Amino acid sequence: MIEFEWNWAFAWEVLPLLLDACKITLQATLLGSVLAIVIGLLLALLRRSKWKAVGYTAYWWMEFVRSTPLLVQIYFLYYVAPEWGLNLSPMVTGVLALGMHYGAYLSEVFRSGIDGVDKGQWEASIALNLSPYRTYRDVILPQALRAMIPAAGNYIIAMFKETPQLSAITLLEMLQLAKIMGSENFRYLEPFTLVGLIYLVLSLVASTAIRQAERRFPKEGFTLS
Amino acid sequence: MSDFAVEFDNVTKKFGDNVLFEHFNFNIRKNEVVSIIGPSGSGKSTLLRILMTLESIDAGMVRVQGESLWHMQKNGAWLPADERHLRKCRGHMGMVFQHFNLFPHMTVLRNITEAPIHVLGQSKEEARANGMELLRTVGLADKADAYPSRLSGGQKQRVGIARALAMKPSILLLDEITSALDPELVDEVLEVIRKLAAEDAYTMMLVTHEMYFAREISDRVCFFDAGQIVEEGPPEQIFNAPNHERTRAFLNSFLNI
Repeated sequence: MIEFEWNWAFAWEVLPLLLDACKITLQATLLGSVLAIVIGLLLALLRRSKWKAVGYTAYWWMEFVRSTPLLVQIYFLYYVAPEWGLNLSPMVTGVLALGMHYGAYLSEVFRSGIDGVDKGQWEASIALNLSPYRTYRDVILPQALRAMIPAAGNYIIAMFKETPQLSAITLLEMLQLAKIMGSENFRYLEPFTLVGLIYLVLSLVASTAIRQAERRFPKEGFTLS
Repeated sequence: MSDFAVEFDNVTKKFGDNVLFEHFNFNIRKNEVVSIIGPSGSGKSTLLRILMTLESIDAGMVRVQGESLWHMQKNGAWLPADERHLRKCRGHMGMVFQHFNLFPHMTVLRNITEAPIHVLGQSKEEARANGMELLRTVGLADKADAYPSRLSGGQKQRVGIARALAMKPSILLLDEITSALDPELVDEVLEVIRKLAAEDAYTMMLVTHEMYFAREISDRVCFFDAGQIVEEGPPEQIFNAPNHERTRAFLNSFLNI
């Protein structure tokens, strides 16, 4: 007979193990976010290229990645890439897949942030003969960043909540561990409840942090140098 | 070397199917102060924007300090200008915008020093010293550390002028620089331009609706309408005895307001 009563002793036993596995989850999220930001910015800049072919390629890459499921991309990197001699560990695969997938979403955030900067700022930069690098770095991006924070932050939280998909390629993150604990002890209630709670707490903390970052982002004086 | 700072040679400019001007010819001598007046939408500002490479041309040739702007010569053949060529030509010019286009996230001084440091390669100390000197010239030395949002329109525009001057241009392009200002702030900006014109060190091209000012500082006034210079000459002639009916009508509409 299956018991539905909450077992505190068991909960206390699995909690430290889950928190330990949570480090893997956070590591994948953090590295995935960094990669997603780099890829997103790169795609956004490529889409503004004066060479149309480059812009279209970046656009269709973004559409392709956004229109296929993350899990398919994870499987592809993990099971198909080795056939081409690309053997990646579950963690590296996970970070790559998350970075690529969310990079495509972030590129759209960056693009609209950049588009939101007044046209006169570009013109002043041309008139002052600033290089494209200086224009982006010193003039455009610092002004675009504030508008990007909420949407970009939400995507990073979404990425965090998608990390359980990496259990499909045997990454021992929280959910994978909870499943193992459950099957070894024939009790799933406590591990899965705790996993849910840990996600809930961390997501709430992250979204509060993002709201704070947005609110406190200086209207003036923010530069990247 | 050409005697002209700016030359439009048979230039055509279109926006889509709309021809703004065709076979347009226009020259400005070195250190000449030229005002372009004329009705809104006649393409006056486009002349300045073409020079500053904010707009391209469809045919003809534009020269800045004797150098072709939109074309470059390579092994005897004319090619469209590349970014490097454009950057070299832009170095001759400075532009002041109707809506200032200051960088809102930078202090006044940083607005002025940004390009000298990163484009001209000045050291920070040198750029700051020059910047402070320019701020004194425009009467805003006490605002060096303020952000543009704290400034009045007239102060913003004086920073805009200082920012353009910091790049040591020989040609100043002033695009309706007082049009966005409250009337009581116009004079403080014009006063700065007046001083610059008196230095006789700059070629100046103004697009303006300030008729009295154009009359006062210009060596030559050009009435521009429907894609061509209808009439040009010394200010006394244009304002006192315009030859052309359209010039008269335009000036009357102004004076009667």
